[in-house]
Amino acid sequence: MLYFARWKIALILLVALGGFVLTAPNFFSRETVEAWPSWVPGKQLVLGLDLQGGVYLLYEVDSADYKNKRLKTLVGDIRKLLRDEPRIGYTGLGIQGDGVQVRIRDTAKIADAEGRLRDLRNPLESSVFGSDPVDEFQMETGEGGLIRFSFTEAGLSHRIRSIVSQSIEVIRRRIDELGTTEPSIQRQGEDRVLVEAPGEKDPQRLKSVIGQTAQMTFHMVDVSTPVQQAIESRPPPGSTVMYTTDDPPVPYVVNEAPLLSGEDLTDAQTGFDQQTNEPVVTFRFNTAGARKFGLITQQNVGRPFAIVLDGEIISAPVIREPILGGSGQISGNFTVEGANDLAVLLRAGALPARLTAIEERTVGPGLGADSIEAGEVASVIGMLAVVVFMLAAYGLFGIFANAALIVNMFLILGALSALGATLTLPGIAGIVLTIGMAVDANVLIFERIREEARQGRSAIGAIDAGFSRALGTILDANITTFISAVILFQLGSGPIRGFAVTLAIGIVTTVFSAFTFTRFLVAQWVKMRRPTAVPL
Amino acid sequence: MRYLRLIPDDTKLRFMTYRWIAFPVSVTAMIASLVLFAVLGLNLGIDFKGGSLIEIRTIDGPADTGSIRSSLGELNLGDVQVQEFGAPDDVLIRIEDQEGGESAQQRAITLIRGTLGEEGVEYRRVEVVGPRVSGELAEAGTIAVVVALFAVLLYIWFRFEWQFALGAVAATIHDVVLTIGMFSILRLDFTLASIAAILTIVGYSLNDTVVVYDRVRENLRRYKKMPLPQLLDLSINNTLSRTVLTSLTTLLALFALFIFGGEVIRSFVFAMIWGIFVGTYSSIFIAAPLLIHLKLKRGGSKDGGAETAGAAEAT
Repeated sequence: MLYFARWKIALILLVALGGFVLTAPNFFSRETVEAWPSWVPGKQLVLGLDLQGGVYLLYEVDSADYKNKRLKTLVGDIRKLLRDEPRIGYTGLGIQGDGVQVRIRDTAKIADAEGRLRDLRNPLESSVFGSDPVDEFQMETGEGGLIRFSFTEAGLSHRIRSIVSQSIEVIRRRIDELGTTEPSIQRQGEDRVLVEAPGEKDPQRLKSVIGQTAQMTFHMVDVSTPVQQAIESRPPPGSTVMYTTDDPPVPYVVNEAPLLSGEDLTDAQTGFDQQTNEPVVTFRFNTAGARKFGLITQQNVGRPFAIVLDGEIISAPVIREPILGGSGQISGNFTVEGANDLAVLLRAGALPARLTAIEERTVGPGLGADSIEAGEVASVIGMLAVVVFMLAAYGLFGIFANAALIVNMFLILGALSALGATLTLPGIAGIVLTIGMAVDANVLIFERIREEARQGRSAIGAIDAGFSRALGTILDANITTFISAVILFQLGSGPIRGFAVTLAIGIVTTVFSAFTFTRFLVAQWVKMRRPTAVPL
Repeated sequence: MRYLRLIPDDTKLRFMTYRWIAFPVSVTAMIASLVLFAVLGLNLGIDFKGGSLIEIRTIDGPADTGSIRSSLGELNLGDVQVQEFGAPDDVLIRIEDQEGGESAQQRAITLIRGTLGEEGVEYRRVEVVGPRVSGELAEAGTIAVVVALFAVLLYIWFRFEWQFALGAVAATIHDVVLTIGMFSILRLDFTLASIAAILTIVGYSLNDTVVVYDRVRENLRRYKKMPLPQLLDLSINNTLSRTVLTSLTTLLALFALFIFGGEVIRSFVFAMIWGIFVGTYSSIFIAAPLLIHLKLKRGGSKDGGAETAGAAEAT
């Protein structure tokens, strides 16, 4: 146990040195490290959101909202197809639970209706299911001319997955425009989007920019019915009552069908109104949109129209003259920031469905800095206490153990840096705990050596037996802890994973440093001193 | 030079005789913990219950928790707890899960920020966990503990005999139950970090137990005629010095963390400190004597496959 081949010595020293080299970048500023040549390891520890401050936001696609919207469109499509000449008489068309139902009046025409509606099953291209496309809806015919469309499971999950992909794109465009530092936007599970923005200073604004669907639509205001009457009884068919974002909100009766939508926009910018000097958002339509907008404004001079954002009217100007250039401006009592955010949202496009924030964790930069400091102080004090204790308990061998402990620290930090693992506050706790437990292996060995020496073995024999007999115990003890760390990593989330990672890395480096490295030190000492008694 | 010796060499304490005290005490404590858990329940944090948490620091002098409490109480947000958090200018506000789904939570946060204002207040931490996520987190946490215990049971069974596996897992369950009891009686916040703490306790307690068991296995081979209780006493005495030293160094590190590590992880560290005590106790007074009652077979028995292999290894 005390003989080391040359190559083993080289390897041990190399590993120990590796720890130092990989940890080194953390002692320099990021700018310095970036200036280093590329062959020098320059990876620094990634600090978790709880240490550097930032925002963790978990969104879920509001599938109920999506389904409802999708079914509404389906109702419209069915209505349109059945009304095509020659018309097919129907009744009871509407959303029923998770699907749409319609009853064909004339049973002789059922086959004809089925033929027309068949395409609405809407096959979706899907690589997941091989070359066979999956139908979004399944169509069933029941008693008495009943035709029912309902979501297929595969079709719905395909849709939700693509909504998540599109949402990630939209959110990325939005955040990039805000200039937030290094956000990470990821899919989580089937219907979730995880946004992590380290160092974000204004979480509220980030949230408002991400969370808005930002579906902008242009509607004509329906002036045929007085607003009060529409609220009290019911709005005319095809119209609905919407409110402005003012305080108090002002109601308008508007046509349900939009004239144009945000998809027809090519650009949106912030600007200032030339007369009032208020912040406004200027926008430009694409060619088709500009033509349509020109036509509408030509036909409706003198009438108001409404600019609607996510179901709320942000502005309801009166058309003073035909707008043929394809551009316009929205003045909606904006602040400069509000106008800017709206322009960002319009440029980045609308989210394909509503997203709900289901988990949010925001840490201010102040708390993060305090936590780092507290963690550093605790680690240093904890380490000092252990070092002093080991020295008092084992003298020279305590020095060996302490050297191993320091190598261990560098190995842990080096491994964390090189792996790009995230250091969280519980992660620091994991390191401190490792400091305490790392010496366990040394204690096991040293106690064993003393015991062997007491039983009358020679110094070298006792040392040799101590190391070899303690090895099995050290391995068994550490493997059990390692198992629980791995499971914690598999099943945990966020900061907890950070803890599991440091604990697991700590166990591996501990076995190396406390067993192999200490043994190496002791072997060198034995070779130099040829001891006759164990100084324990 | 004389080194610090906490435990004299060759102690001959008769631990096994204490099992008639330790078993009833532990069983009572476990039952008490379970009763506490059933009656009082755990003081679940927002990770598992849903709800929101806001940590603020007032910039001009100490915070007036009373006035914060009364002004937030007027917002009709249900149960709102306001407490000082580590320092007089730090305040922790907890709001229960709002009815009306996830978006209602966000509205509650906006309302509170509106009431507290943005001037003179530093928002140090805002956490909102929806009811659905909290359910998933609770499930994942419970699964993690159970799966870890099971995996370790298998490992020890593979490395030792089944009696050792059962004994180690029983001792570990003992530690977990007592930790839950401690959380329950002290009304400590039970969060995701607490699950991590419990798993660390599981790891530490097993570590300790395995060290004792390892020596038991070795002594079983060496002293084939020694009665089991005596052999267990010998093994514990053999490893006593190590047990105490390791617990001490770990505690030193943990106390440093408890005192200097900041308020955010204090209860996490507290749970681990508790776990070191219980884990050390249980490996000596529960795990080892359980082997007697699990009727551990001695050398030369039929299921001695592992033992013969081990004996060969020891020579």
